[in-house]
Amino acid sequence: MMNNWPFINGAYGVTVIFLIAAAGLTLARYRRAMARLKQAEEL
Amino acid sequence: MNENVQTIGLPAKTGGWLHYLANPGRFLRTIRPILPWAGSASFILTVVGIVWGYQFAPADWEQGDAARIMYVHVPAAWVAMAGYAALALCSLFSIVWRHPLADIAAEEIGPVGAGFTFVCLVSGALWGKPMWGAYWVWDARLTSVLILFFLYLGHIALIRAFDNKAHGYRAAAILALAGAVNLPIIVYSVQWWNTLHQGNTISISGGAKIYVTMLYPLLICTLGFYLGFLTMVCARIAAAICERKTASLLLAAVERG
Repeated sequence: MMNNWPFINGAYGVTVIFLIAAAGLTLARYRRAMARLKQAEEL
Repeated sequence: MNENVQTIGLPAKTGGWLHYLANPGRFLRTIRPILPWAGSASFILTVVGIVWGYQFAPADWEQGDAARIMYVHVPAAWVAMAGYAALALCSLFSIVWRHPLADIAAEEIGPVGAGFTFVCLVSGALWGKPMWGAYWVWDARLTSVLILFFLYLGHIALIRAFDNKAHGYRAAAILALAGAVNLPIIVYSVQWWNTLHQGNTISISGGAKIYVTMLYPLLICTLGFYLGFLTMVCARIAAAICERKTASLLLAAVERG
């Protein structure tokens, strides 16, 4: 019988990597945008 | 009235609630305190759902452990379709009411929705190999989801393809609305055609065909994915508003000398 676990691990791996990357990039952009706006408002 | 409110083509009597929502400044003030809570809740729900599905949910009697892929594949598919429905709705608001936030929302939904569609396609392919013996078959369900992915990519490209932003928004909105016809095709493809892809396991009218020990982690993961999608899109919209505000402030500072 075929070992299914490499496929299961692959599916979960892709999902977790996507979620972490998407959330991380979003958070970084959000923080950068907020910081730049604060700087611009102080000008 | 806030200078960000755009009222062109919107009769005051019929569009009061739209006026209220159309204010980017108000959106920013409303969403900022909610984002950390929504982000934390989506993180907890997603982790619980994924760990439960991967480790503790029972194996399927027929598919064995490969059925565990369902806990990431199905929520990703639902979010991908709901994301496109939201994109189409924003496009409608953009074309009919010239809603300024709808254009920004449509621009920011695209990449997140495309990401979830990619996860759905990859996890589906990884399930297909052990179950069907092939990563990909030109089945109606798989092909219609692939078209959804291309529609997302087309929307992302089109909205950024014009020097004049407004032209990009109009063109992308038309594409999004035309592409919405693909959503019922995805949902009913397993009924309209003889597909290799299995039928709907859970439906609003027919209930769930799986036992609660498998249903609960699936629903928790789904809730986590939906909340995560919503949080990411709202954070991206907030960031986009801030970026535009910063640009206009810097421009005003340059003009002042």
